[in-house]
Amino acid sequence: MTVINERESNPAAGDPDRPIGYGRIQRKEDPRFVRGKGNYIDDLVLPGMLHGAILRAPVAHARLVSIDTTNALSHPKVLAVITGKDLEGLKLAWAPTLSADVQAVLVTDKVRFQGQEVAFVVAEDRYAARDALELIDVEYDVLPPLVDARKALDADAPVIRDEIPGRTDNKIFDWEIGSAAETDAVFASADVVVSQEVVYPRVHPAPMETCGAVADFDPVDGKLTLYETTQAPHAHRTLFAIVAGIPEHKIRIVSPDIGGGFGNKVGIYPGYILAVVGSIVTGRPVKWVEDRSENLMSTSFARDYIMQGEIAATKDGKILALRTNVLADHGAFNATAQPTKNPAGFFSIFTGSYDLQAAYCKVTGVYTNKAPGGVAYACSFRVTEAVYLVERMVDVLARKLEMDPAELRLKNFIKPEQFPYANKTGWVYDSGNYEAAMRLSMELAGYEDLRREQQEKRAKGELMGIGVAFFTEVVGAGPRKHFNIVGLGMADGAELRVHPTGKAVVRLSVQSQGQGHETTFAQIVAEELGIPPENIDVVHGDTDQTPFGLGTYGSRSTPVSGGAVALVARKVREKAKLIAAAMLETRPEDLEWEKGRWFVKGDPTAGKTIEDIAMAAHGTLTLPEGVDGNLDAEVTYDPPNLTFPFGAYICVVDVDPGTGHVKVRRFIAVDDCGTRINPMIIEGQVHGGLTDGVGMALMEIIEFDADGNNLGGSFMDYLIPTAMEVPDWETGFTVTPSPHHPIGAKGIGESATVGSPPAIVNAVVDALAPFGVVHMDMPCTPARVWAAMQGRARPPV
Amino acid sequence: MQISMTVNGNEVSSEIEPRVLLVHYIREVLGLTGTHWGCDTSNCGTCVVLMDGQPVKSCTVLAAMAAGHDIRTVEGLATGATLDPVQQGFMEEHGLQCGFCTPGMMLTARALLDKNPHPDAGEIRQAISGQICRCTGYATIVRSVQWAAAHPAAVAGAGLEGAAEVLDGTDTVVEDVATETDDAEVKA
Ligand code: FES
Ligand code: FES
Repeated sequence: MTVINERESNPAAGDPDRPIGYGRIQRKEDPRFVRGKGNYIDDLVLPGMLHGAILRAPVAHARLVSIDTTNALSHPKVLAVITGKDLEGLKLAWAPTLSADVQAVLVTDKVRFQGQEVAFVVAEDRYAARDALELIDVEYDVLPPLVDARKALDADAPVIRDEIPGRTDNKIFDWEIGSAAETDAVFASADVVVSQEVVYPRVHPAPMETCGAVADFDPVDGKLTLYETTQAPHAHRTLFAIVAGIPEHKIRIVSPDIGGGFGNKVGIYPGYILAVVGSIVTGRPVKWVEDRSENLMSTSFARDYIMQGEIAATKDGKILALRTNVLADHGAFNATAQPTKNPAGFFSIFTGSYDLQAAYCKVTGVYTNKAPGGVAYACSFRVTEAVYLVERMVDVLARKLEMDPAELRLKNFIKPEQFPYANKTGWVYDSGNYEAAMRLSMELAGYEDLRREQQEKRAKGELMGIGVAFFTEVVGAGPRKHFNIVGLGMADGAELRVHPTGKAVVRLSVQSQGQGHETTFAQIVAEELGIPPENIDVVHGDTDQTPFGLGTYGSRSTPVSGGAVALVARKVREKAKLIAAAMLETRPEDLEWEKGRWFVKGDPTAGKTIEDIAMAAHGTLTLPEGVDGNLDAEVTYDPPNLTFPFGAYICVVDVDPGTGHVKVRRFIAVDDCGTRINPMIIEGQVHGGLTDGVGMALMEIIEFDADGNNLGGSFMDYLIPTAMEVPDWETGFTVTPSPHHPIGAKGIGESATVGSPPAIVNAVVDALAPFGVVHMDMPCTPARVWAAMQGRARPPV
Repeated sequence: MQISMTVNGNEVSSEIEPRVLLVHYIREVLGLTGTHWGCDTSNCGTCVVLMDGQPVKSCTVLAAMAAGHDIRTVEGLATGATLDPVQQGFMEEHGLQCGFCTPGMMLTARALLDKNPHPDAGEIRQAISGQICRCTGYATIVRSVQWAAAHPAAVAGAGLEGAAEVLDGTDTVVEDVATETDDAEVKA
């Protein structure tokens, strides 16, 4: 087996005269993590700190009749019990969501999903807070729940959001894009049309660290310090100012080390607000950290899209058009984190990597009695669903046309010379060379040999499948004129200070959850300024110390903040040029740059390093007109367009004909994220995403029974891949820089999560071809695969 | 109730509620927060510590059950400035991202290498199969453990860049520390 372990190293690595910029270097954050010295939310202890715990609803839909907190309050270690009624008095019972809806912080009128927040206990210690939950008496009047999104719009469906005046149904939105008429016309005259319902089930990001907060409200100066697991500290500060009425300059949000986010830590959860209320009420710091069941049952889920797909083509395999109708289950509150104008996120990239004549989609969002959320789990704002749909549909078409799926894709790719490419739903793809990536992936896989092996195995009755998928991502939102979240434009700031001795600190608005920002962003500065990354500290995750920006999700840190950091470093470099000219008593235009220093053109010996210049900038040198006495700069970067990373994935599976068990034997991933800053970190991001893909394709699902009980509420029920379920990943790459990005980088965080599920499902369906299977829904568990082999859509219940 | 045990070579003794879990005892009473917790059902392994050299899930052991035993946590892996090869391996081979599962993974790896100094990839996967990492996809963890197996001598000072810089020039040991640190980076 070919294992492509990239080990490219920066030619300058180890050369003291040429400091390291891009390339494989160890992570700056690792020394504290390997010593157990990370500082995660639950590690935080403040003097006098109390502990909060949330009482949650045991049923999915019920009127709240009464709450009796007397017994809980008489527990010797309990300081406060907060109910929805108390919050109503404070006008905090409902909080705005990230999608212009509201969400109950604590139930006041009606429970709308199982696990919903009902009361909050504040006690001296963790155990006492939990004990006191048992002492609260709640009476519910149980209502019939709405579990099946397909029935949400039925005339007799229970109305979930009856607190909204005038609301008589469960529809949240209808949204469409593309031309229905043009698409219908292309479909009407096409040789071949195939359609397939494709379900992307509800899954959960489930980071290893659950969500939590420590709120510390100082009653004397009115300042709130809120430590919380957030991927977007600045956006949270603004929202807290709006929700809680605390002036924004009196709020400091600190996001400490985060044990994985994957989108789960973008939103503001009731627990965070309750910790703040608890601290205000008791006058002491309050910690709230959810347990795993709370995390899986109440925080932001992902997907839950029922997609009716149709694809039109000529009989020789030229794809002409795509059409889809989507039913989106948003749960009880519309709380998806997405740009304001995009109720279905970036799903409209469902045209994929293909040159089409027409495309149209319609998405209908509905309420159900399930936890709210929707956009989460490394999805780039629903590109995951879009890529899964198109890549499944292309395979369904390949089967119909009896064409090889790789061949069909190669025939329809957007060609390199067509970039920038405007698709039929309004995106302008920046750059790409899809065929090169696909061919590299096929070469690494040994595609022809695999197909031969499959033929031999089939002849023996063995079930081997080869799945191909190609994806185009759209990441790095802004531009701010097109993209905002609750009115906040999606641009990000960066500040760079070079101290007198030439050591630097760069401050970012984005927040790492394991992506290695402390290393990558130091490397960007290093590349631009020529000082080694170990001399550059990266500060992030504290709103009192960093410039404003919208945070890390949707693979936006490198595309947006990476741009900001490169530009701020260039600004410092230009300032350094003016100072160097004064030092060398020459004109700036007579200077030339090489990594780390400005020198006089034609006289390389006459030069000044960044260190020399930094000292002079802060020293007694007479500075040129208009130059401040420092070597600092700041910028806010508003990207001109999004970036479009892409990749070609091939998966090989073996299915046990006796049990339906799927084994992923090989996975070959070729990614193109443009300019590569640290290949080691990129490879790690890809590996993690591929593992997510195995989870979603084969194991992970949050299902509900007819009463609305969550059937995926623990790690016993919600299965996540271990080292035994995943292969040794084989990765490769091509480099097609983004033409509009300051360093040509496109982002990588979510590529593999987006691209891998269709590759795996395509492989499973390919393995089951002898049984006439053309599609099966995820997760391809042994029971479901077995049912598919028997010609059934679902295993018997 | 009163309990005593050895934690990272130190005798500790405390008065606790009998129901206190070992993970909470280690984190909240002893203040050793390198041991994490990530689930309610003994599935995730972020809480793994060594009890008498064996990996155990400290969320599934009562502190009282650990009384009289020898406990080793991530804080006990390094000896002063000297990292355990497993810790160095995780840095060399990018065996961690968010770092949340990492202490448990490293302790399991240490126990494995103590029993089997040259495990193959399958044996490493088997050893960590009771633990979940949501970030790395496991391949780099396997490589990290293999790195440790190939470099059984501990690496002095690696990963202590900060200390090396601050201490630089203050005594002779530190010279070594600084050099080793540079080496580590160059190798990368
Ligand atoms: S906390 Fe998950 S296994 Fe111990
Ligand atoms: S490194 Fe994040 S869970 Fe393993």
